[in-house]
Amino acid sequence: MDPVLLARLQFAFTISFHIIFPSFTIGLSAYIATLEVLWSTTGIDRYKRIARFWTRIFAVSFAMGVVSGIVLSYQFGTNWSRFTVATSNVIGPLIGYEVLTAFFLEATFLSILLFAGDRVPRWLHAFSAIAVAAGTALSAFWILSANSWMHTPAGHVMRDGIAYAVDWWAVIFNPSFPYRFAHMLNAAYLTTGFCVLAVGARYLLAGRFTEEARTMMRMAVGLVVVLAPLQLLLGDQHGLNTLEHQPVKVAAMEAHWDGGQPADFHIFAWPDETAEKNHYALSIPRGASLILTHRMDGPVPGLKDVPPTDRPPVATVFFAFRIMLAIGFFMIAAALFGAWLWWSGRLFETRWYLRVMAQCWWIGFVAVIAGWVTTESGRQPWIVHGIMRTADGISPVPGASIATTLALFIVVYGIVFGGGAYYINRLIHRGPEGELISGGDKAKGPLGTEHAL
Amino acid sequence: MPSDLWFDLAVIWAAIIGVAVVMYVIMDGFDLGIGALFPLARTEAERDQMMASVKPFWDGNETWLVLGGGGLMVAFPRAYAIIMPALYLPVIAMLLALIFRGVAFEFRAIARRKQGWNLAFAAGSVVTSFAQGVILGGLIQGITVADGAFAGSPFDWLTPFSVLCGLGVVAGYGLLGATWLVMKTEGELAQRARRQAAWLLGAVLVFMAAVSLYTPLAFPRIAERWFSLPNFYFLWPVPTLTGVIALACWWWLRHGRDAPPFFAAIALFLLGYLGLVISVFPYLVPPSLDIWQAAAAPDSQIFLLAGTVVLLPVILGYTALVYWLFRGKVREGETYH
Repeated sequence: MDPVLLARLQFAFTISFHIIFPSFTIGLSAYIATLEVLWSTTGIDRYKRIARFWTRIFAVSFAMGVVSGIVLSYQFGTNWSRFTVATSNVIGPLIGYEVLTAFFLEATFLSILLFAGDRVPRWLHAFSAIAVAAGTALSAFWILSANSWMHTPAGHVMRDGIAYAVDWWAVIFNPSFPYRFAHMLNAAYLTTGFCVLAVGARYLLAGRFTEEARTMMRMAVGLVVVLAPLQLLLGDQHGLNTLEHQPVKVAAMEAHWDGGQPADFHIFAWPDETAEKNHYALSIPRGASLILTHRMDGPVPGLKDVPPTDRPPVATVFFAFRIMLAIGFFMIAAALFGAWLWWSGRLFETRWYLRVMAQCWWIGFVAVIAGWVTTESGRQPWIVHGIMRTADGISPVPGASIATTLALFIVVYGIVFGGGAYYINRLIHRGPEGELISGGDKAKGPLGTEHAL
Repeated sequence: MPSDLWFDLAVIWAAIIGVAVVMYVIMDGFDLGIGALFPLARTEAERDQMMASVKPFWDGNETWLVLGGGGLMVAFPRAYAIIMPALYLPVIAMLLALIFRGVAFEFRAIARRKQGWNLAFAAGSVVTSFAQGVILGGLIQGITVADGAFAGSPFDWLTPFSVLCGLGVVAGYGLLGATWLVMKTEGELAQRARRQAAWLLGAVLVFMAAVSLYTPLAFPRIAERWFSLPNFYFLWPVPTLTGVIALACWWWLRHGRDAPPFFAAIALFLLGYLGLVISVFPYLVPPSLDIWQAAAAPDSQIFLLAGTVVLLPVILGYTALVYWLFRGKVREGETYH
């Protein structure tokens, strides 16, 4: 079996599972921090109940994020050792800074948030929630910087096939990083917003925890009505940045074969890589030109601009991009409609809207994965754009070893993350009244209401 | 080769990674040891108590593993790129086992039927410990390298010596876990842990003796390091001190002391670790790659060192804060519902 393909499959599998949890915990930690601060400033007990409820779910998700993340940090060596030798002078320190600035911060203050109870003063709870939220965002900052460098390497020189950093500022803030960071962070907040919205809608439909559910829905709609349209803007800017630095990726996203001329936007098409054309295309004439050049007749790069060996897998990139776009537009519609219902005072009574939203907890996760498939498959055949091909980055490990461990990862992740989904669902079913923890003396725990009032 | 700076970057980074590894081994060691002792608990309430004693710490403890692995990648990429493919299967086994161990903390608390996650926690901990010992043994015995890359076969690491190291680490972590329970819990659980600790102490000494005898016999480079003069004059206190501390640990366990056995167990680990460093330094991939050959570009080492100098004390501060906040015996019912 082809070790390159197997190593890629293994990385794609493990990172796709992993990204689910950061997408959720980055947003959720910020939400919990907001609630903790609201509770400590207003003293309204409802905020504390909601915070406590989501903190419990956060703990389960965070644990899954940690254990699936450690796997990735070691895969650099186990599966991609040649890539590591070539690039770790540059991206190694970025990952080092992620560990030093983010991981310990998160681990420490999450423990305080979850377990400290009456061992710490009340302000330290709010502070810990903020520290955890900051830790998740810092973690995203560094790892996305390292990832972006693989797309748009900068600030380095190559000597004998090994990258050496010459300008750290240029390495960290490489051309695609600010766009990718903003787009991903916003995606994480949106994903969480739709999860909170779904849980609020689920409770309202069931007539349970109505007070908490209304607060969750108001907060979630208020958030997504700003962030969903903002994401369109951020995505557009990110796309223009990609057009500048990775034009072939954009050509694959649009399945545009002949460069240098205006491009249609294909709502649907079946890209045929051998015939170098599309079948069954349903297109908006010159739509892609309008999106990418903001002109009707703007030329768009084409796949045929480069030899076939330098092209990404077109169908994968093309369809993944469309899935992300479709969900993005659905999010905007759902957010605007929800805001309109709220404004006209019918948000909690429009049952069909609640029913739809209660089913929509997963859309953000799918959009995030589709977005990552678009950008990472679109980077192929390069592991570091223009510097190193993916096939040259793997470890000297036989295909059988990779295949065996890939099978094990699939089985283990199936069990563990199936369990995680089941238990999170159970926590949601139990609802915000379930007790989080009790201190030595239940009645006096600061998480109990007596202390709070 | 040594750089022309007034300080030796490679030695500094080797020391930082050494600290991260030793922090990991001691702190996750007691968590993993508790996992190994988990099946020996009599009741679910005892298991709740065992888990509660490490729950605030495990995530931070495990982070030192990421710092150790990440630090190796940053500072010594050539060593990292040889060690990981060479020890591919035990490393992945460790990662998979760590998944079960880590999620068991959260899932067990929610699950109605806890047996499955009890098993995941125990098996995950034992396999992690064993795999780490195998990795250690695989490193000490040496790795086949050609052209700066691993050039052996997938099961090179599997030798009687690496299995011996694997069992030794399981016993060692078990000793840390048992003495931690002596310190942090009360009642029958603590009494049983005290008896278990005494047995595990004996086992650890047997494994330490076996490794100490086998390595100089099997690897001339290690024999030369220890038994050539004048090295021997400086090095003989290491085994002697190990014996004295083991005796003290046993004495404290027998005489009802709560905290000292745990710290004695830590001291045993530090001495064992020191012994390994003496045997192997300055090699990262014995017998071919030393810390200077494996080093990253000096600019990269300096760039991360600048942050590490500031951040490592802060991290040690957080760590101290958590251990201080959750000091003392585990309180009844101080766990999730």
